[in-house]
Amino acid sequence: MTPYLRLQGVVKRFGSFTALHGIDLAIERGEFVCFLGPSGCGKTTLLRVVAGLEAQSAGRIEQAGRDISTLAPAQRDYGIVFQSYALFPNLNVADNVAYGLVNRRTPKAQARERVAELLRLVGLPGTEAKYPSQLSGGQQQRIALARALATSPGLLLLDEPLSALDAIVRVHLRQEIRSLQRTLGVTTIMVTHDQEEALSVADRIVVMNHGVIEQVGTPEEVYREPATPFVADFVGRVNVLAAQALHDGRLRIGATVCEHAATGLPAAGGALQVYLRPEDVAVAASAGDFGAGASNVVPATLDKLEFLGAYCLARLAAPAVAEQGLTAVISPHFVTEHALAPGRELALRLRPERLRVFGAAAAPA
Amino acid sequence: MTAALTAAPGAGPVRLRATASDRIAWLALGAVALLLLVFLAAPLLALLLQSVQDPKGAFVGLANFASYARSPTLWQSLWNSLWVSTLVTIVVVPAAFVFAYALTRSCMPGKALLRGITLIPLLAPTLLSAISLIYWFGNQGVLKEWLQVLGIRQIYGAPGIVLAEIFAVFPHALMILVTALSAADARLYEAADALGTSATRKFLTITLPGAKYGLISASLVVFTLVITDFGIPKVIGGNFNVLATDVFKLVIGQQDFQRGAVVALLLLAPAVLTYAVDHLVQRRQTAMLGVRAVPLKPRRAPLFDTLMTAYCVVVAALMLAMLGMTVFASFASFWPYNLKPSLRHYQMGLFDAEFGEGFVNSLRMAAGTAVFGTALVFLGAYLLEKTRAPALLGSGVRLLAMLPMAVPGLVLGLGYIFFFNEPTNPLNPLYQTMTMLTLCTIVHFYTTGHLTAVTALKALDSEFEAVAASMKVPFWTTLRRVTLPLCTPTLIDIARYFFVNAMTTISAVVFLYSPETKVASIAILNLDEAGEIGAAAACATLIFAASAVATTVFWLLARLVERRTQAWKHGT
Repeated sequence: MTPYLRLQGVVKRFGSFTALHGIDLAIERGEFVCFLGPSGCGKTTLLRVVAGLEAQSAGRIEQAGRDISTLAPAQRDYGIVFQSYALFPNLNVADNVAYGLVNRRTPKAQARERVAELLRLVGLPGTEAKYPSQLSGGQQQRIALARALATSPGLLLLDEPLSALDAIVRVHLRQEIRSLQRTLGVTTIMVTHDQEEALSVADRIVVMNHGVIEQVGTPEEVYREPATPFVADFVGRVNVLAAQALHDGRLRIGATVCEHAATGLPAAGGALQVYLRPEDVAVAASAGDFGAGASNVVPATLDKLEFLGAYCLARLAAPAVAEQGLTAVISPHFVTEHALAPGRELALRLRPERLRVFGAAAAPA
Repeated sequence: MTAALTAAPGAGPVRLRATASDRIAWLALGAVALLLLVFLAAPLLALLLQSVQDPKGAFVGLANFASYARSPTLWQSLWNSLWVSTLVTIVVVPAAFVFAYALTRSCMPGKALLRGITLIPLLAPTLLSAISLIYWFGNQGVLKEWLQVLGIRQIYGAPGIVLAEIFAVFPHALMILVTALSAADARLYEAADALGTSATRKFLTITLPGAKYGLISASLVVFTLVITDFGIPKVIGGNFNVLATDVFKLVIGQQDFQRGAVVALLLLAPAVLTYAVDHLVQRRQTAMLGVRAVPLKPRRAPLFDTLMTAYCVVVAALMLAMLGMTVFASFASFWPYNLKPSLRHYQMGLFDAEFGEGFVNSLRMAAGTAVFGTALVFLGAYLLEKTRAPALLGSGVRLLAMLPMAVPGLVLGLGYIFFFNEPTNPLNPLYQTMTMLTLCTIVHFYTTGHLTAVTALKALDSEFEAVAASMKVPFWTTLRRVTLPLCTPTLIDIARYFFVNAMTTISAVVFLYSPETKVASIAILNLDEAGEIGAAAACATLIFAASAVATTVFWLLARLVERRTQAWKHGT
């Protein structure tokens, strides 16, 4: 089966600057895909190329089996929501939502019906006569969404749709967008720089950096099995530890020989980097708490505690594995039970199955 | 499989296929470009050619320049033009700076009124102030003795030109400086206060550097306006020759087109310089004020506020005295012997001297300029800003749109003679018609209108067109339903600007009118030449009145639009 949207070797150059270096990507029908990356990584440019708002310098784009590479925006099939919403301020909600319908010579009564239906869908029924300036930011965003969906496009493009909203509205609205997308089954691409947003809504995440795709995968894959150091670093927090491959296939992290589950390590002696998430650093009051003979256990000293509500971040000194120290997630209960304070002697264990090992060439080993 | 797919299909950059609406947009932009080429670029080119040809049309290189440089009259006129313009600049810029400072940095009462009064000179031809000066200080002036106390023999000549120009260009300098001083960041002053900085030091280290570009820009604009102004030296210059009057004498009096072209090019030089420097300055100015700047709100300071109020009242009083004298004299039965009010001058001006026809012509031209100029300027700016114009066409139109700023009216008018008066030109039948006067005026004032439209369009969300395209709505529908309604206040503003300038302009049209298409401002010149200064005053008053009424009408229109758009603008 061919994918709904297929990008092949898409390159975009602005003068001497290359914004996209040969992007290949396939998106299935009904998928919710997030383009995630830091600002300037090319994610918005890629979205605009898909929309035909920028012409790619090279490459091919297919949508529903049709080559749309050279089609003007108006000849493609998509609805779009921008960060600024771009609602027409002089038109009321009904006219905004019906903007694309009017052009299709949809009979008036039918258009009115469709507008009412869409407004119900986005949770703002009865707002037809209001002007955008009378609505809150979140409400404006929903109207923009309704307008983009009015003509039932095959593809929905969302360009940082939530970044202008405050935190609580943002969290709420992203779940609504997600469930709306599920209901309608419309193939959706959302650009975002917020990793949490991407993790919470996407079927698949496309992590981008410097105009290339670093990894494409489900939120779990991207978070738990980052394909590159960049992905590990950008999505979530991570400890980076210097390591070396040993002859017996094990790793020496710092001064400690460790077990691990990584495959395809290079020959012994090569310098490596081990990436480990803070929640994969287990912390206990003493080494014995991990059970006798547990591997990857080293002593540590609590340096600093950062209370973050649902959990605490502990900054630990553990010279046996990390010269610079490392960070672990611990529960507030653990903190109170053991009356933790800086200077306290603890033990920690690097979970062998969670160690991600990267070589000097930054490729997963 | 991926490797096979990565191969880029075809070579060269990908171009998106043009849609029907793209093609229509390009066609329209092409039409704007053609209009500007024919009515701006071609006449200027004709002027350039004329300056390197002999009367028979043969190429003579720089011979015209050389022969003109040998004539002592040139050097006298050049020197006169330079020192008069410099003197006016030295007086006007500081005077306008203090006024702008009072408007932006003091708690002076009646700011709107005081500012409004200083805009009076913009509503009348520049020569109105020259006519007033004749009544104040001329041979039969009421304050003639004052001049002699100051050791000035007579107002005709340099003293009159300098004084009249000061009034005429004051509002131009003021507008630039108010803009420069408004762009102040309160945080800088708060930081300085926190460090215990003295008022003088704050002025020298924050205010002046902040207004530096405004001061440069104002000086250049004033200098250029004065050196290229024609009306004032014509009326009050007497035997004092300047470059602008030389052009007129050479071309109209002696029919020496070649030398006229040479002088016109001399006048083009300061304007081009001003344009270039201003362009650079504008770029830096925008970078001055960050997005997060906090606007400065002046605080009360009784002594300072009183001093500023006093100064501004004096300036405003002088402005009113200028206008008032012309109005008063226009109603006087027989200056200076019988000051009983009568309509004699109006009767004479309107009926005997054909000013009535000229006035109607002026209104027609102003209305045409306002309607077609606004439409053309807005269409051009819209197509440039909001449609995907081909790069070459786009930058071409951008350049042409900015060019009129650097072309004095006299130079443009002269170019029109050379280009359109040529019998082989298929557009020759347009010569001296109302259509051409209107087009010339539109082109003359194109840049300001263009910049106003571009600013308004840039302020609109740049994604409107993208959203519309995704819904397959053609650009003209979005233009009609969204862009035009949003830009209505700007359209009114541009129309007002065109109307008032068309009413008061002299410099370009003075070369282009025929007896049938003589406009009011030209009629004033003719009346003055004929020694009918009373009638000239009456006509200047009428032009001022028409401009003032038009300004009020446009203002009311803007208010009406504002009220009608209240609902969606303010969310109530």
